[in-house]
Amino acid sequence: MSATLAQKIWDRHVVRSAPGEPDLLYVDLHLIHEVTTPQAFESLRMAGRRVRRPDLTVATMDHNTPTRGGRAAADEVGRRQLDALEENCRWAGIRLYELGSRHQGIVHVIGPDLGLTQPGLVIVCGDSHTSTHGAFGAIAFGIGTSEVEHVLATQCLPQRRPRDLAVTVEGELSPGVVAKDVVLGLIARAGIAGGQGCAVEYRGSTIRGLSMEGRMTICNMSIEWGARVGMVAPDDTTFAYLEGRQHAPRGADWERALDEWRALPSDPGAAFDSEIRLDARELEPFVTWGTNPGQAAPVSGRVPDPADENEERALGYMALTPGTAMQDIAIDRVFIGSCTNARLEDLRAAAAVLRGRRVHPRVRAMVVPGSALVKLEAESEGLDRVFTDAGFEWRDAGCSMCLGMNPDILQPGERCASTSNRNFEGRQGAGGRTHLLSPPMAAAAALTGHLVDVREVMAEEVAR
Amino acid sequence: MEAFRRHEGRMAPLDRANVDTDQIIPKQFLKRIERSGFGPFLFYDWRRNDPGFVLNRPEHEGATVLVTGPNFGCGSSREHAPWSLQDAGFRAVIASSFADIFRTNCLKIGLLPVILPEASVRRLLELAGEDPTTPVTVDLESMTVTAAGFAERFEVDPYARECLLNGWDAVALTLRHEDEIAAYESRRGGWLPVVSGPSEALGSC
Repeated sequence: MSATLAQKIWDRHVVRSAPGEPDLLYVDLHLIHEVTTPQAFESLRMAGRRVRRPDLTVATMDHNTPTRGGRAAADEVGRRQLDALEENCRWAGIRLYELGSRHQGIVHVIGPDLGLTQPGLVIVCGDSHTSTHGAFGAIAFGIGTSEVEHVLATQCLPQRRPRDLAVTVEGELSPGVVAKDVVLGLIARAGIAGGQGCAVEYRGSTIRGLSMEGRMTICNMSIEWGARVGMVAPDDTTFAYLEGRQHAPRGADWERALDEWRALPSDPGAAFDSEIRLDARELEPFVTWGTNPGQAAPVSGRVPDPADENEERALGYMALTPGTAMQDIAIDRVFIGSCTNARLEDLRAAAAVLRGRRVHPRVRAMVVPGSALVKLEAESEGLDRVFTDAGFEWRDAGCSMCLGMNPDILQPGERCASTSNRNFEGRQGAGGRTHLLSPPMAAAAALTGHLVDVREVMAEEVAR
Repeated sequence: MEAFRRHEGRMAPLDRANVDTDQIIPKQFLKRIERSGFGPFLFYDWRRNDPGFVLNRPEHEGATVLVTGPNFGCGSSREHAPWSLQDAGFRAVIASSFADIFRTNCLKIGLLPVILPEASVRRLLELAGEDPTTPVTVDLESMTVTAAGFAERFEVDPYARECLLNGWDAVALTLRHEDEIAAYESRRGGWLPVVSGPSEALGSC
């Protein structure tokens, strides 16, 4: 019988199936960080339980960590949380990539960095952007702290099978239009609850043509339209990315793994519960205008008239008037970073726009590599110089201003062009206003001091 | 987990769609390592900036059932969101839809997420607005919500319902299947990634 990618992986991970009960699913990789785990370890200890598979559990510090000054720069409460993670990992024998280590970084950047994120796996983490790892053809989803405890204790999770939703994107992207625009365009169309209860498989020629970084950006934002899982079938792009990484299989194991991975893609004729189709040629660079990721418009567009009270409220919070051209919106800050867009390719794309130019004098801009490794790689290419010469701050790896849990936050009323994933009220700092966009679009906004079509900025460059 | 069978209380009407977990509990309160004490931070910014916000209004003080718009709890997976609702005294949340992770988190701690059709939620919002003292009963055994002249059945995952009614410890339930877990582990591919050994020394590779 033909099956989808998600169904195949699911079926291979069912430990136990009983009528009326959720399937008991085995977890191959459990990623943990400082914020959503202390209470899980505490409950585990109180119940006299142990961590079943510390060897399938990997920890890092990312959410509350300062991006300069190291651990000493964290506030006291934040330090307690980092200390707790360290103690818990020591207690359980879990590998921890702590602040200052070569492999520290955003949990969804280091998994792929290390080659731990592989096709066919079930991966969980106490973070909603765990869907990122689905780019490798894995079932990866975010969980809460009670479920973190459940996985620590049992390496399993009771789960109901999700519905299968295909998102098919066909056609070539125009120059200047990137993966972030695909997913922002998709969410604007499907709505922020459009993927609820679904395992989404992104497919079609556009997706096939994307790098692993681009696929990760799209899968990362699956949760922003409510999907439980977002995935892309593994192919030669996936295998080329993985080969030679620290935890990727080697030698005969590599060949064996390749055989398994090549059998994973959805069979021809496999049935999806529903499908959404997008034409890539119609996509433009997208920017959000509101307070959820679905409230987005093409950069050539205008701030819309509010359709309901919720949109009215969003425009009020964002201090925007309907009818304003998106490109007339002035910004104060630029943030290039987050698990959505802080990989090497993202930094290269932003640097290509910035090279030889200067950030607008009113704008404070920062770039935060997704991991210590990405930072090192970028530095070896001289990207750090491109950013700092342009007037960007070049920081240490972490979640940084994506969620404002660390010293990197917006001041009330500040407006930020951000490559992150959420423009919720106060997300980047109480009273802060966020416009989500791609790394090249963020770089272009930094140069001009307002939202702008990166294609125009680059055309001017050519004309010069 | 705290068992949930039947709860009678008053409603707080929060008529907004897509309330995200960043609003339910802002990030600055996620640094605590305790599980309790999050109640005072519930809807922190909205409570602080808007005197007319529903939870600031004296007539809704002591409400234990939150009635709200669709896609409640979207965004971050932070269980601190249901913890803060529970700590502030809420026992159930009624909406026409919930974000998946939030709903699961609620079920794990005994905070009941009740899904009703949009029109029914609208009716409850009106009832709570018209007379904040209107009692509401959420009964998980009969799977019904009743209030003044209002009665509606709701659906809930039968397994989750069983766990809630009995206050079962989900981890203990899974641990009963130790044999099956071990059998599964013995079948796993030898090439699958494992990470063993102590933490990486600073600056090392």
